[in-house]
Parts: sequence; C-alpha cells; structure tokens
Amino acid sequence: MFLAFVGLTLLITFWAAKKNTGASAYFAAGRSITGWQNGLAVAGDYMSAASFLGISGMIYVAGYDGFMYSVGFLVAYITVLLIVAEPLRNAGKYTMADLLAYRLKPRPVRALASLSTLVVSTFYMIAQMVGAGAIIKQLIGIDFEPAVIGVGVLMLVYVVFGGMLATTWVQIIKALLLMVGALLLSYLVLQFHDFSFTKFFDAVAHADYGGSAEPKNLMEPGLKFGVAVAGPWGPIDLISLCLGLVLGTAGLPHILVRFYTVPDAKTARSSVVWAMAIIGLFYIMTTLFGFGAATIIDKATLTTAGKLDVNMVAPVLAQVLGGELFFAFISAVAFATILAVVAGLTMSASASFAHDFYSNVIHHGKENRPGQEIRVARITAFCVGAASIAFAIYLGPTVNAAFLVGLAFSVAASANLPVIVLSVFWKRFNTSGAVAGLAVGLVASILLILLSPSGIYGKDAPFPLSNPGIVSIPIGFLAAWLGTILTPRDPEAEAKYAELTVRAHTGLGSEKATAH
Amino acid sequence: MSEKSSVNWEQLEAKPEFRALLAKKKAFIVPAFVFGMLYYLALPVLVGYFPEMMKTKVWGEVNVAYVFALSQFIMAWVMAFLYVRVATQWDKAAAAVIHGQG
Repeated sequence: MFLAFVGLTLLITFWAAKKNTGASAYFAAGRSITGWQNGLAVAGDYMSAASFLGISGMIYVAGYDGFMYSVGFLVAYITVLLIVAEPLRNAGKYTMADLLAYRLKPRPVRALASLSTLVVSTFYMIAQMVGAGAIIKQLIGIDFEPAVIGVGVLMLVYVVFGGMLATTWVQIIKALLLMVGALLLSYLVLQFHDFSFTKFFDAVAHADYGGSAEPKNLMEPGLKFGVAVAGPWGPIDLISLCLGLVLGTAGLPHILVRFYTVPDAKTARSSVVWAMAIIGLFYIMTTLFGFGAATIIDKATLTTAGKLDVNMVAPVLAQVLGGELFFAFISAVAFATILAVVAGLTMSASASFAHDFYSNVIHHGKENRPGQEIRVARITAFCVGAASIAFAIYLGPTVNAAFLVGLAFSVAASANLPVIVLSVFWKRFNTSGAVAGLAVGLVASILLILLSPSGIYGKDAPFPLSNPGIVSIPIGFLAAWLGTILTPRDPEAEAKYAELTVRAHTGLGSEKATAH
Repeated sequence: MSEKSSVNWEQLEAKPEFRALLAKKKAFIVPAFVFGMLYYLALPVLVGYFPEMMKTKVWGEVNVAYVFALSQFIMAWVMAFLYVRVATQWDKAAAAVIHGQG
C-alpha cells in the first residue's frame, strides 16, 4: 500500500514536471487550481501527521483538553477567511513577502520575511521528519535513519521535479485518503458502541483504557491545563495556546502560498470554505478516535520499552477494530500525510528563498535569465531538505516535536501576522515598522520558547508558559507599531497605499492564471 | 502588472463607489471577526477558570464544556456561510468600481 501511494505520486510528479514551463507554473501551479481542489490541498497541508496521530494521542491521554487543539485548528480559518486570504491573493505573486513589499522598501522587508518563512518551515519540517522516522519505524519496521532519509528523498523528488503542481496534487490525494480513513475509523468506533451516542459518551466518561487503568472522566476539562494538574499558570497557558492557534494559522507560509495557486480571490474564498468543511469534519472526528481509543485500547498495547507511545493511538485503534488490512491502510495514510506535508513545507520555503531572497534581495528584483529563479528554488529545496534530514537524524527520535511545532505557530502569529495585517489595513505603516515587527516577533517567540518549560530549562523554566502567544503576539504588534510611529512618515509607502487598497479589495491587476 | 501605468489608482481609491464598498466590508468584517474571536476565547477562559460550571451535564454524560466546544465548529461554519453570502455582493460592487479599467 505504501508502494501504491509512492508509485501514484511519482506518476503525478512526472506529469507535473512536463507541465512546468515557467515560474508561475512552478511556484503557483499556473494559478490553475480550482476552489474545491485548493480547499482539499489547504486541508491536506494543515491536517499533518502531528494532527492526525498527535491529537488522537492527546485526546486519548488528556481527554477534553486535547480536543482544545482541534477546536482552535478550525476556528483559525475565520482569521484566514475574513482577514488574509483575499487581499493576499489579489496583491501578491508567489509568497507572503510580495504583499509586504508592495508599498514598503522591498529589500529589508523581503529579507526578513524570507528568514521568518525559512525558520517556520524548517522547524515545522524537522518536527514532521522526526515524527515520520519514529512512526515509519513502528509501522513498517525500517530503522529511524533510513526512514528519515527515505522520506526526505521522496519529498525532494516531488518538489524539485514537480513543483507546486505535483505538491498540490499529492496533497489533494492525501487529504482524500485521510478523510476516507478517518470516516472508516469513526464508523468502526461507533459500531463498537452499537451506534449509540449515549453508550459512547457513557463509556468515555468512565474510560478505563480497555480495563487496564483507573477509570477517569475524559469528558471533563482540566486534565492537561487545569490548575490541579498544571498549576496556577495552566489556564493562561491554555488561553495562550488558543491565541497562537487562531492567529498563527493565518501566518503559516505553507498555507498562505496555497492562495496563489488559484485563479482569483473569489476562488481563494471558496477554497477556504471547502477547507473549513473538511477540516471541521476531520477535527470533530478526532474526538471519536481519541475518546474511542480510551474506551477500547488498553495502555499496555501502546507501551513500548516502558514508554506510552501516544502517536500510535490511531493506527493501533485501526488494527484492533479493523484488522491487519485496515491497519496497513491507516499506516499508509499516516505515511502519505507526512510526505505530503513535508513536501508542502519545502515548497514554500524554497519559493520564498528563491523569489524573495535571491531574486529580489540579491539581484534587486531585476529580471534574470529566465528559469534562474526556478533553478535557485530547486537548489534551495535540496538544501532545506538535506538540512532537515541531517537535523532530524542529529536530534534523534526523542526530540520534543510539540516544541518545534509550537515554535512554528508562535513565529507565524507573532512575526508574520502583525505585518501582514498592518500592511493591508494601516496607511501610515512603513518599512521600519515591518522590519521591527518581523524581527522582534521572531526573536521574542524563539527566546520565550527557549525559556519556557518546553525549552532548555525544563521544569525550572523562568517563563511559565509553554505557549508564548499571549505575550509574543502583542510584542509583535507593538514592535510593528512603535517601529512605525517612532520613524518619519514614508510618503512613498503612503502614496502606494491607495494602489494596494484598490488591488486588495477589487482584484484589479492581480496575477492571472496562465493557460496550459 | 502591465496595466500599472494605465491605471490611476488614487482616482479609483477616491471614487465614492469604492469608498462605499470599503465601508460595507468594514461594517461586516470588523464586528464578525471580533465576535468570532470573543466567542472562541470565551471557551478557554470558561474552561480554565470556571471548570465546575463547564462540567455541568446537559445530556447523559455530555457536559456544557463539550457542547460549547462543538458549538465553535457550528459558529465557524455559519460565519463562513454568512461571509460568502455578503462577499458575493461585494464582488459585484468591486466589478462596478473597476469597470472600464485595466
């Protein structure tokens, strides 16, 4: 089943490689993706292995508090839909920085935006790779190192040869597979409880992990963030997590680039709606897997070498309820998920480096030889991929993936989102403001996470919150605001605000789809 | 961006039709977004600081906390539906503003 997926995706890559005829085709799939296709791709990019395996595991252990992640992941799309998607599509070309560089000085803004994109993507990717290695080892018995290298090499083939078109289609297929797997798994969980929600929730409220542990009420909040468990800072940490999720999603570069693959803002809008339908349905089902598993699987089944492996909750649940064939299917879906998300991340990182940093910062945005930008993107993809493989192997299977993902969301919410929002909605906003917002948001997020309980100090951390959003997001906005009002007005940037506003709100002069 | 030179952006921006469109968008987006955020953040605040109240059972073992969490999904979907409905009208207004340009 793994081989079938790999074979199919390689065919798509081959097909896409033949269609890649220019920068718009390589970076934005020729802007030819339709609304529902892009909706599936956005959902696919978003429903990573961390969500599918990680959240099922979190709900299995922490019950209701684990479900808080699921809620935030969907509500975050209100920010994407109402604030970001359409202006971004109308005023940009390939990357988030296009929007910023519109009326601000392109070089400093692009350099920093590119840096923050690389930071977010690389950390997110290392988290996925480490997870991938560990999961593949469990699922198909390949060792950690070869598994990581295998994933990395496959992902590079998609990105380097297939570009955005192949990456998008890999994402669409994976999203469909994931939804089929999730629906089947939900069906089997409900069947186990005789299709009675009363019985299901009753079992959840007295979850005893297949009879292997003291029953606890997973329906009640507080098992992870409650004052009794997490201390006095627990509730604030939860609020901070929620803020980071709901504002961070709209700053994740690999989600934002998806809106450039559609022909216009109207399609961008409909793709968000498609994504919201799929993502919402999927995350509601996570309660069925997570809660359901606690009523079905005992803890010993999930324990390897004395350690509870929560990432295996969903696959093991499939094995117990559906037998070996279904286990193989869910494992293949998990594998596909990792591959697809890693490919999406590499794509956005390399697009940003090639388009923002190479073409516009080093070469001042002058037209180079045709194809040069794509060549640089391919080389970047190769470097980013190789670096992530090396990092993932160096950090080994024990690194805390939640730490890396938390960092990605925090940087996205604290550095990227403030400057995107202010550049579209605040006329006075200038280059120093954008530079200050990006730099301070980036540094504050990294510092606070290093000083947090998931950082270098462990339990004795000087900063009590694992999720820095509640502090770092205001810092990001404040820095952008101060950077603007403390420096002289920029008449050029303000003059171009009229142009940006008209473009963002009407789509006049936006990048058109290229014919194939 | 070939039409850059041929479009008078300032003039378009100052058009009463365009200003009206912006005002209409603002009148929907700002309250909708603020409501969405408040409704969403009420969840962690209530769950964090009033856990006993949130544990009140409403239907069998299903409690207020779970119902409120599920209602967030409904809220997000309803908001997306309402947004798409009004945004379709904005598309027409935007087309009227740029009629004859670019």
